[in-house]
Amino acid sequence: MDLPRFVRLLLRPMPVAAIQLVAQASLDRVVARHPQLFDRLREYENRRFAIVATDLGLCFIVVPRSRRVSVQRGTSVPKADVRIAGSLLTLLSLAEGRLDGDAEFFARGLSIEGDMEAALALRNAMEDCRLDLPTDLGSAAGPLSRPVERGLSGIRSYLLSHGGDRWN
Amino acid sequence: MELICPAGTPASFRDAVEAGADAVYCGFRDETNARNFPGLNFNAQELTEAATHARANGVSTLVAINTYMRAGAEELWYRAVDNAATAGADAIIVADLGLLAYAAERHPALRRHLSVQAAAANVEHINFLVDAFGIKRVVLPRVLTVAEVGAICRKARCETEVFVFGGLCVMEEGRCSLSSYATGKSPNMDGVCSPASHVRYRQDGSDMVSELGDFTINRFPKDEPTGYPTLCKGRFVAGGTAGYVFEDPASLDVLTHLEALARFGVSALKIEGRQRGRAYIAQVVREIRNRLDGLAAGEQREDGATLRKLSEGQRTTQGSYDKRWR
Repeated sequence: MDLPRFVRLLLRPMPVAAIQLVAQASLDRVVARHPQLFDRLREYENRRFAIVATDLGLCFIVVPRSRRVSVQRGTSVPKADVRIAGSLLTLLSLAEGRLDGDAEFFARGLSIEGDMEAALALRNAMEDCRLDLPTDLGSAAGPLSRPVERGLSGIRSYLLSHGGDRWN
Repeated sequence: MELICPAGTPASFRDAVEAGADAVYCGFRDETNARNFPGLNFNAQELTEAATHARANGVSTLVAINTYMRAGAEELWYRAVDNAATAGADAIIVADLGLLAYAAERHPALRRHLSVQAAAANVEHINFLVDAFGIKRVVLPRVLTVAEVGAICRKARCETEVFVFGGLCVMEEGRCSLSSYATGKSPNMDGVCSPASHVRYRQDGSDMVSELGDFTINRFPKDEPTGYPTLCKGRFVAGGTAGYVFEDPASLDVLTHLEALARFGVSALKIEGRQRGRAYIAQVVREIRNRLDGLAAGEQREDGATLRKLSEGQRTTQGSYDKRWR
């Protein structure tokens, strides 16, 4: 379920500031295109979610209400209401509804600690958004949105084929 | 046989329709249904849109209003029945006899299905409810053997629906108080078994420990598949031995009995899992639809591996359908 080795090697030296820029832009697009996310999150939108990509050693801290994401290196998170950890590919696939969260949890591909109500609310809210990351993120590229979308879609197809045959 | 599929969100409802469901069941965002989890379920508007979409695709919409009414708060359950009727639901799935009476009186044209939570496990029980409340279908509790399902089908004066895949309870459906004992909340009254508010997971070295309220439910060594943090599937020490005292973490899979169920005249096959994700719903529905198509074509199409990967503890059981205990 991990990223291909060369992709990990490419991503690891990236500066945290650059990763944060990409993460923030991605969050902005998702929030703009899927405002119903907050209808299902309800009171849990003010929780501090730590999303840990274990294979990259990166932690994304998101507080949905503030629409902000911050990134730090390392997998231990001292101040978070919820900690959700898995490989980057697993986390992205869960966000798009390509994997079932319970099944990944049963298989030990995903670990969750902290406020389980908030974790469930986030999972269910994202499931209902029908996220399609290439489309959602490509839409930010203006006149280049179609080629960017196609490029992202191609990258996704490659990564998913690398990840095995477990996809929805 | 109809294939009855779960949906916890409008998105999974659409996935179930696309994957080949004959009917989709869902619930409102409150304690009137037995999957009352954060972020899950439908408001009245979402249900109306889902039912409209389903009808346009030749699929039925069933609304689970299957918890027991709380004294003094009955209006919430009455309103759920009214909203289901207004939204264009094809049937409601109900356990509480008082609510069945209300639905029969106020919405006589709306089909009433008896929920598994009503635990109607013999033909006298079922036929009494057919006569008293005009129920059109009974969802049989998962306490029966395959032969007992057949015996009920022969004499029941309504359609029968049986669970064929998904989470499995401790076989005291509608009567289980284990969650209530540990947390003060139960599936019967609050719509939640082992509510998330009382669940905690923590890492202890390489072990993952699950806790429910004040109880440690399980300790999973590294790489051992996990299960839900319910008391009934807890691993406890009894008589000096650690093990699963009530039942193992495993999901129900009785697809090998499809031919017998069809022969008995079972009307509908149900998949558990409104709390599960879209990936589960799409994969399970497709897999079981494929098996049913195979059955119709006289072919054996089996792929237990796909379903096991989606199962609790990555294991499946036939539960009471293949009963080997007293």
